[in-house]
Amino acid sequence: MTPPALLVERLAYAYPDGHQALFGVNLRVEHGERVAVLGPNGAGKTTLVLHLNGVLTGQGNVEVAGLPVEKATLKEVRRRVGIVFQDPDDQLFMPTVREDVSFGPANFGLRGTDLAARVKRALDDVGMADHADRSPMHLSGGQRRRVALATVLACDPDILVLDEPSANLEPRARRELAEVLLGLDRTTLMVTHDLPYALQLCPRSVVIDDGVIVADGPTRELLADADLLARHRLELPFGFRLD
Amino acid sequence: MSAGHAHPLHRPGTSPVHRLAPQVKIVAAGFGVLCVVATPRERFWAFGLYLAVLGCVWTIARIPPGWLARRVVIEAPFVLLALVFPFVAGGPTTTVLGVALSEHGLLSGWNILAKGTLGVLVSLTLSATTAPGELIVGLQRLRVPTMVVTIATLMLRYLDVIAAEARRMRIARICRGHDPRFLWQVGATARGIGTLFIRSYERGERVHLAMVSRGWAGAMPDQGHSAGRSAWLTGLAPTALAVVVLGVSL
Repeated sequence: MTPPALLVERLAYAYPDGHQALFGVNLRVEHGERVAVLGPNGAGKTTLVLHLNGVLTGQGNVEVAGLPVEKATLKEVRRRVGIVFQDPDDQLFMPTVREDVSFGPANFGLRGTDLAARVKRALDDVGMADHADRSPMHLSGGQRRRVALATVLACDPDILVLDEPSANLEPRARRELAEVLLGLDRTTLMVTHDLPYALQLCPRSVVIDDGVIVADGPTRELLADADLLARHRLELPFGFRLD
Repeated sequence: MSAGHAHPLHRPGTSPVHRLAPQVKIVAAGFGVLCVVATPRERFWAFGLYLAVLGCVWTIARIPPGWLARRVVIEAPFVLLALVFPFVAGGPTTTVLGVALSEHGLLSGWNILAKGTLGVLVSLTLSATTAPGELIVGLQRLRVPTMVVTIATLMLRYLDVIAAEARRMRIARICRGHDPRFLWQVGATARGIGTLFIRSYERGERVHLAMVSRGWAGAMPDQGHSAGRSAWLTGLAPTALAVVVLGVSL
């Protein structure tokens, strides 16, 4: 039987200051699924994400396509799980877009023409191939977000994890990013407060609050449950109704 | 953040000097400076020859003298020190324009001025033709300890991170009526430095996290090729000339 793309079992984590962020999270994501992780601020969403590639290690079990996340497997796990962070400026630090996109695959051992081809494909996927030799500093917010996505796609991850991908984007850039993401056909986990974006991109959602997953189901059904949303400090934008 | 853009000490180009492998340029610059430092201060002609060799490199690298001149002013404090020596040093004196100057002081001042200026010019030539990231890769290829390379990498990145953060905070202060030209408002700037440290630290953490997530394990990926014999021979040619000058001057 093929193991799931991602398996999280009884994951618990307390920060060094004693704050318990996760209280036993269970999550199973199948290959090709797009799942939104919803929840209020401080619910533990980012803490969960940082466990998926072993940046944080708590109690419990995390497996990526059957490979347990542990010290010996970190390199492969980080290749398999690509995290796009909320602020593209945290992710882009090289002098040119091309160098930034090649940073990850080069770390994973790609060189020469293979590396160049991978970088080109990643930039093509996000529609930024024409900007390869520009400085990330000189790009618009939406373009930077797409380059940040390319830096991760270039590592050819099995699972794409997006932390607040629509944050600070103008409507058009938000739509363009959605089109890029829908065209990727990869297992995707998307952490977001942007509930309409979750509805547009992810057929399934989980709601996390106080360090546990409190709801898991089709996004439309979850977002139509006004009581559920209210209990976990989630709200649809003004004028939206799904029930 | 997006650090490392358009560094003021780097002049992008495609000249043969720019294309040379960074490790060759680092070794050439290092030994070049050693030659300058080891040259006896009385061999005035030797310093002229060193400058001529550098001039040839600048021509090949297409670095305009004005670009170098604007940046060499970093040496100004040392120039001032060199100018003071002839007036304060003891020993036999000589009269220049009616002013008694110490011979020993004149030579000491010249020594600092000539060697300091040539040292700065060699460093500027290296930085002008080698991007900051390449310098790091060059150090890696020269087997400089990983910890030193990592510290250099992070410093390179954090400098720009902090500068960008400081710029944003300054603009936000100015928008709220702060006028840093007035001395009594220096307090806000000083308090801002503390905040700046915390913010930069936090952002640095996030940048580090993003790097680790893309497989960074402490060393920048080396995507270049090791330099061949011809690259070493070409790159070290100016340094070989400097060694010859040093040999004759000793």
